[in-house]
Amino acid sequence: MALVLTEEQSMLRDSARGLISDKAPVSHLRSLRDSKDPTGFSKELWHSFAEMGFAGLLVPEEFGGSGLGFMEAGVVMEEIGRTLMPSPFLATSVVAASALNRGGNAAQKSEYLPKISNGSLLATLAIDEGAKHRPLQTNLQAVRAGNGFKLSGAKALVVDGHVADLFIVAARTAGSAGERDGLTLFLVNPRAKGVSIERTIMVDAHNAARIELSNVEVNADSVLGEVDQGAALLDGVLDIGRGAVAAEMVGLSEEVFNRTVEYLKNRKQFGKLIGEFQALQHRAAELYVDIEITRAATMKALQALDADIAKAASAVAVAKARAGTTATRAVQEGVQMHGGIGMTDQFDIGFFMKRARVCEELFGDANYHTEQLARARGY
Amino acid sequence: MTDSKTSETENADLEQFRTETRAWLEANCPPEMRKPATSDTDVFWGGRNAKFSSEPQRIWFERMRDKGWTVPDWPKEYGGGGLSAAEHKVLRSEMAKLGARPPLSSFGIWMLGPALLKYGNEAQKKEHLPKIAAGLIRWCQGYSEPNAGSDLASLQTRAERDGDDFVITGSKIWTSYANYADWIFCLVRTDSAAKKHDGISFILFDMTSKGVTTKPILLISGYSPFCETFFDGVRVPKSHVVGTVNRGWDVAKYLLQHERAMISGMGERGVGRPLGQIAADSVGADALGRLDDSTLRGRIATFDVDEAALAACAERAVDLAKAGQAHPAFSSAMKYYGTELNKRRYEILMSAGGVDALEWESERSRQGARPRAWLRTKANSIEGGTSEVMLGIVAKRILDLPGA
Repeated sequence: MALVLTEEQSMLRDSARGLISDKAPVSHLRSLRDSKDPTGFSKELWHSFAEMGFAGLLVPEEFGGSGLGFMEAGVVMEEIGRTLMPSPFLATSVVAASALNRGGNAAQKSEYLPKISNGSLLATLAIDEGAKHRPLQTNLQAVRAGNGFKLSGAKALVVDGHVADLFIVAARTAGSAGERDGLTLFLVNPRAKGVSIERTIMVDAHNAARIELSNVEVNADSVLGEVDQGAALLDGVLDIGRGAVAAEMVGLSEEVFNRTVEYLKNRKQFGKLIGEFQALQHRAAELYVDIEITRAATMKALQALDADIAKAASAVAVAKARAGTTATRAVQEGVQMHGGIGMTDQFDIGFFMKRARVCEELFGDANYHTEQLARARGY
Repeated sequence: MTDSKTSETENADLEQFRTETRAWLEANCPPEMRKPATSDTDVFWGGRNAKFSSEPQRIWFERMRDKGWTVPDWPKEYGGGGLSAAEHKVLRSEMAKLGARPPLSSFGIWMLGPALLKYGNEAQKKEHLPKIAAGLIRWCQGYSEPNAGSDLASLQTRAERDGDDFVITGSKIWTSYANYADWIFCLVRTDSAAKKHDGISFILFDMTSKGVTTKPILLISGYSPFCETFFDGVRVPKSHVVGTVNRGWDVAKYLLQHERAMISGMGERGVGRPLGQIAADSVGADALGRLDDSTLRGRIATFDVDEAALAACAERAVDLAKAGQAHPAFSSAMKYYGTELNKRRYEILMSAGGVDALEWESERSRQGARPRAWLRTKANSIEGGTSEVMLGIVAKRILDLPGA
């Protein structure tokens, strides 16, 4: 596979970009933030997204979706990154849809996937428990009770947690924190007895929640995949999420970089355009190179996911580590080169800095993924 | 539908090519040639005075040459393999899988060949390309001049018309292996009144011509890959000018893109075991089996991330070029990052090797192969245009930032 977009993928990008830049520029996020919007995204826009086939992009055609691949999901994520549009796309259409599609039985798929495709169901993965992403440290307990299980524990950074219609919860049915065996994924109704949800207003003004489960009863049909064997399913789903977030960070990095270069071409100081100063030219050029390399690594990861999810782990680790580092650098340089104006809330650039910080933590930061690569290579 | 059918056929053909290539390489690449060259004498450069360092080296070279695979993507009529870009990629990846080293190293292949294919006339192509492919003539590059550095166009070597000849007077510096080269491709000033870039010509001549002398320059690595080269009234027929007289800068720039691509790829060449495992050999492992120096381990892992990402970017650069979407200055971006990364690789290797990596002259250290290679990499971000020049090119030509 060539590492360039196909004609179809370019068309998809153009249509996503058209809709997103028109309906959800950064001012859209700003107004949702300022009005403390209870939903945190535009339902109307999500409806348009679904009508254009984006909501069910990864859902097979037999369940009403478009049956496209992770490269295509990455194309959309990159456009989302350019304007920071808050949307259920990542949590519902990428992560949850992949979890259901890969781990779901026939009944689960036919119940949930068509609703994801038509935009009527929001779903999300609840994984992290501590401050840092450590999937194997999952400690939320699921104990057998009658025909089902009782779940108790807490999760943080549950994306769209306060508006989701379905939680996919990683729990421990055996073993102890740190072990691979004994993890199980459960489908949990957020309105079930014993579930409490706290919307956490985050630095980036995107949706997240902490949830707490206290003896929440679920029946045996709620298990996604195999009991105790959830780690493999989780690995794949998380890698898909990581690839998608890397793509969002590529879009975010490139957008903030483009804005910065434009500024260098227009802002005068000391009687010169600041873009004439070699110190700034070289820093901008380095950043350009960084972004291009990260873009290629991210495309490589998405292609690897499309080819064989089980073999994509190292490519994904490289992409997520690079994307986190590059986005961090892009936003820092963006603010610095904009000078004082870059520090003001009135100016958009701070929104990119805040979102980059969240994307960096989501599904593992650069250190986490660098560590994974070192382990995979056996040193 | 037609399109996807065509590409299915193409894929099937390519898979067949892969299978055949793999089988051929397995059968024909001697085991000794399935690891990176460890020293400069272990690299085959061709030329009139070429000597093989070993029998496997000779066998490997001759077999590859006979298939046209010293220059796999050149047309067959010029001694090449006539492979498509996709087939060439397959060959490269199969060679990499086997660890097969290039059969012939040559500035003729990396730099002059592509420039001749684009700018040479038919007579020049027929005369020079097959000899490059067959390793018969070893070339050197006469670009840099004393006091010019990366400011290539400030060159002073002049070529004056005299009948059907040019008479060349001046000197070059950093001429790689000029003392071993048979011919030189050289930038000379043919119009000193014209603007800096407009009076330059690209000319070829034999290093045994009367008036050519060379003097090696000893480097911090203890080697002399570079020379000073002097021209004292060297007579060269006008027919040896490539492209148009006074338009040599176009050829030079085109060739530089290839040079930069080559230098940026140096980090990937000769890759054997993962850096982390090489380090573990000397540093040792902790109780959990991890490299027993957590900071070094982190540095290596970060390096591995960046190296894998750069490899993806190199692959994408080729794909973009094939799709006609490549920016002509992108090789400067790759050159910059590739050379900085290669320097990082050798800093890590020196750190990982510890005391063992300090030996300069000993059997055990293969005559200080590692420290000499480490010192050699320091030139990567200077030769072929410094990192600062590359960043300047990216800033001006790709980002379109204003000139000072």
